[in-house]
Amino acid sequence: MQSQLPFYPEQASNFAPQVDALMLFITAICVFFAAAITVVIVIFFFKFHRKQPNAVGIAFHGDSRLEAAWIIVPLILAMAMFGWGAVVYVDYRHTPQDTLDVYVIAKQWMWKAQQPNGIKEINELHVPVGRNVRLVLASEDVIHDFFVPAFRVKMDVVPGHYNTMWFRPTKPGRYHFFCSQYCGTNHALMAGWVTVMEPTDYAAWLSGSSGGNANPVVAGEKLFAEKACITCHVPDGTGRSPSLNGVYGAQVLLADGSTVTADDAYIRESILQPNAKIVARYLPLMPSFQGQLTEEQIFALTAYIKSLQSQPIPAKGAGIAPPTGNK
Amino acid sequence: MSNTPPAPDNELPDTHYLNATYGSGIRSWLLTTDHKRIALLYLASVTVFFFIGGVLATMIRIHLLTPTGALVTPETYNKLFTMHGVAMIFFFLIPSIPAVLGNFLIPLMIGAKDLAFPKVNLLSWYIYILGGSFVLYSFGTGGLDTGWTFYTPLSSVYSNSAVTPAVIGIFINGFSSILTGLNFIVTIHTMRAPGMTWFRLPLFAWAHYATSLVMILGTPVVAITLLLVGLERIFHLGFFNPALGGDPILFQHLFWFYSHPAVYIMILPAMGVVSEIIPTFARKPIFGYAFIAGSSIAIAVIGFLVWAHHMFVTGESTYAALTFSFLSYLVAIPSAVKVFNWTSTLYKGSISWDPPMIYALGFIGLFVIGGLTGLFLACLGLDIHIHDTYFVVAHFHYIMVGGAVMGYVGGLHFWWPKITGRLYPESLSRAAAVVLFIGFNLTFFPQFILGYLGMPRRYHTYPPEFQVLNVLSTAGASILALGYLLPMLYLTWSMRYGKVAGQNPWPATGLEWKTDSPPPTENFHVTPEVTWEPYDYQNRPDLGLAAGAKPLAPAHGDD
Amino acid sequence: MHRTGDLYGQFQTLEQQKETATLGMWIFLVTEVLFFGGLFLTYTINRSAFSTAFGIGSNTLDITLGGGNTVVLIMSSLTMAMAVWSAQVGKKKLVGIFLIATLGLGTVFLGVKAIEYKQKFDHHLVPGRGFDMKYHPTHPMPGDDPKELALEKKEVEEAFAHDPDINAHAQLYFSLYFGMTGLHALHMIVGAGLLIWLIRGSFRGRFTPQYNNPVEIVGLYWHFVDIVWIYLFPLLYLIDRHR
Repeated sequence: MQSQLPFYPEQASNFAPQVDALMLFITAICVFFAAAITVVIVIFFFKFHRKQPNAVGIAFHGDSRLEAAWIIVPLILAMAMFGWGAVVYVDYRHTPQDTLDVYVIAKQWMWKAQQPNGIKEINELHVPVGRNVRLVLASEDVIHDFFVPAFRVKMDVVPGHYNTMWFRPTKPGRYHFFCSQYCGTNHALMAGWVTVMEPTDYAAWLSGSSGGNANPVVAGEKLFAEKACITCHVPDGTGRSPSLNGVYGAQVLLADGSTVTADDAYIRESILQPNAKIVARYLPLMPSFQGQLTEEQIFALTAYIKSLQSQPIPAKGAGIAPPTGNK
Repeated sequence: MSNTPPAPDNELPDTHYLNATYGSGIRSWLLTTDHKRIALLYLASVTVFFFIGGVLATMIRIHLLTPTGALVTPETYNKLFTMHGVAMIFFFLIPSIPAVLGNFLIPLMIGAKDLAFPKVNLLSWYIYILGGSFVLYSFGTGGLDTGWTFYTPLSSVYSNSAVTPAVIGIFINGFSSILTGLNFIVTIHTMRAPGMTWFRLPLFAWAHYATSLVMILGTPVVAITLLLVGLERIFHLGFFNPALGGDPILFQHLFWFYSHPAVYIMILPAMGVVSEIIPTFARKPIFGYAFIAGSSIAIAVIGFLVWAHHMFVTGESTYAALTFSFLSYLVAIPSAVKVFNWTSTLYKGSISWDPPMIYALGFIGLFVIGGLTGLFLACLGLDIHIHDTYFVVAHFHYIMVGGAVMGYVGGLHFWWPKITGRLYPESLSRAAAVVLFIGFNLTFFPQFILGYLGMPRRYHTYPPEFQVLNVLSTAGASILALGYLLPMLYLTWSMRYGKVAGQNPWPATGLEWKTDSPPPTENFHVTPEVTWEPYDYQNRPDLGLAAGAKPLAPAHGDD
Repeated sequence: MHRTGDLYGQFQTLEQQKETATLGMWIFLVTEVLFFGGLFLTYTINRSAFSTAFGIGSNTLDITLGGGNTVVLIMSSLTMAMAVWSAQVGKKKLVGIFLIATLGLGTVFLGVKAIEYKQKFDHHLVPGRGFDMKYHPTHPMPGDDPKELALEKKEVEEAFAHDPDINAHAQLYFSLYFGMTGLHALHMIVGAGLLIWLIRGSFRGRFTPQYNNPVEIVGLYWHFVDIVWIYLFPLLYLIDRHR
């Protein structure tokens, strides 16, 4: 639904109609109360205007039933607002499984986005309509925030860890995105455009885009060899460290008995702080690569490790927790 | 009741705190321990900072007239909004009502000769001046461009502005707040005159008690947090710097743990002012005294539990977000209770349209809008859209300017006769209140729309489609400025040429009105003994008013 | 407000004055709890995030000196309480003696603290440029026990292997160490000043069973400062201790 009045941006994502409906609901409640209070005050102000200079008002000290009423009714309305907002938010914070993943890096004062096939964009983001898109956000310096008003979504980009956000574009077009966490001098210039395309156009754009940027999986595979990861993480499980076949997204059994999901954050942590979580039955041998890899290189390695999902998992020599019946 | 006859109504008393026998030279002001003089010292200094913050705001609004912003460079713009926030929040809003009106009135309202610790009171002012000096030094030597929120690692590592003197100044200033709060709490506990029980206290006192609780519990945390930021800058430590293993989100938790309750420090006193003005100019007791007193305490307590609603989009856990959203809705309820009670007080009142009443009603109108828009921000699903946009800017200006500043100015108008012994031009001041109200709405209402359309805050430049609303906002700001300028002029004028007010011009029922205007240094010639309930216009023949119609039986048989 | 005798002008009665001063001190101590609390929270969060670094940091502290200091401070709280009691029962001479004893013990504490700080300075453990956990194990100082030093060296090397950023994280430990003990020491210095003021008053015979509130509220302050140390000592010195 295109907004006829200039009161809200275009609705271009799955969240936009939900957020707008929520806004209208809360606006209705607020307008009602604001109008009611205003009308009553104005009426009282004129109706009870002092008639004689020495007149006093009539004392009413209070009324517990009224107090209860105007505590309980607002409380109920407040819980309704809270509840509906919570539902939308929980959906937003719970990324679906089948997403198109784009890695986004923020730095003072520009955005770099990397598509799954390796194509890089600066201050632009191309996405296909109707597809769940997940952005993995990393910062190279201070806190930024990726905000797309037409999608009604934003998420802070915090240095030191990943944040993710998701949305499903519903309408082709070009929409502003802004940095919306003050980040220094050119904070206001750190903006760009999200281009939502029909799936065929998006596919064409992906393959036709000039520059032939290296597929991150290929770049990651090169790095994996260059940085000697492969000397320990032997694919057939015979190395000093677990094979990484099939590990992405699986449950990993740790030395202390707990399990953890091998997601992007886990992989990043394993590269930068390898001794934070040791896989069961393995020694803490891995050196840290803190300061030796850029965020983009970490993304590339992650993409490569993700590509190993479909590789055969060795019977011995993987860190994956045995299935417990339920995944 | 006092035995000394009041000064005749057309003459100022012979001696009062302003021309007291220990002289009126500069030493007697700078070394005073009289709470009334200290209040005036604060009045002068907060006005200076208000002026500085106002000039910065004017420059911001002029710069934003055009999308490309031709007035200043981006670096300068970022300094403008940062310094505007720091000056206004720490050096104007937080001290204003408590340090000016609270200091002046609380001993008078409870029948005491002074606060519990008069020398500590003077120390508070000097600490404020010292802190303010550091911050002004920071402003003058390169300025500050981190945002008043000092998020790390921008403030602790990347900013090249004068962050360190600024955080030192704010750190020092925190102790001014803490000591004032301490003084108020102890005073209200132990210095009440005979007969002044807790439930006979004016609601202004309750409001300041609640405010003081927040001041003493919250301020030390932000003090230590900003100190850590300063140390991080100087010694390159890594508490909040991810490159050294630190956590920028830890900073946000520590910072907002104070800075959210801080907004209640700013609004509770203004609500206290309104709770005094409404019964006075409706000439009847406030409706729901216990609920208004209790709601102040409730706001103070629940206010400490909502801080992470500033962090809904930082990636904090969904459980945390749900908890803080829920609690943020809870904290709205006591404020709503106050508004309903104030409105009910007007029912069958004998309402005059004196200037303080216009300010109080203006407060209610603007606070209602500001408070209701908080409901949008507390809503998780909405906040992911409107967080860090102009919607937030509009919301907090409605509360802090439309609410707190209007309450402050209204309070000055209400107690001006007591503080100075003089009245001010009535029609002009009513007009000024209306100008303020209109100018304010024109300035900030368009910003709600700007925010929902997606204009982020702290932007020195913006897409051209946002220009119309920005121009409207700036136009409103020029009217708003007039609304502030007018009282500064006529209140100053009135100090010399205003009509003599007499002891109780309105009249009002508080104990402060049973002594001369201006009061003597020792406040009361004889210690009062309180036998009446607050705002009891029916049973106060000393006010010289008709008793009105016989009171109706209480509506539902209770008080 | 002028003072007539012991009664300050803003008060009606001595009883009111005493009640007010006492409540004032309690509320001030509440603010101090919040003030130190921020640091304690930061310490706790960082400790759990960087347990290795904080572990070896703890191990560089001298437990004998720290433990000794703890005993000294607890004893000073005893002498302070005795001073309050003496005033309450009218033993004017004892008031001065116990106050001096408290001051003396407090001074001992500060002296030991100074020794510890100097040691950290010599071992290059002060945050900032020059901080290096590896410095002391590789630069023995006179009086060091070679076996202890070898253990320390081994520990530091292991820690480095475990956490390559150990210097940065250990700096966090030492920042908090200096910050918290420094803030505590500052409070003790203020306390010492208050004690000197009280001692002067006691020599003039000011404190009687009717009027001894100043001693009592300084006592409150002193006990608070003691309690802060009682929390600091295990947090900084004892956790993860294995030497």
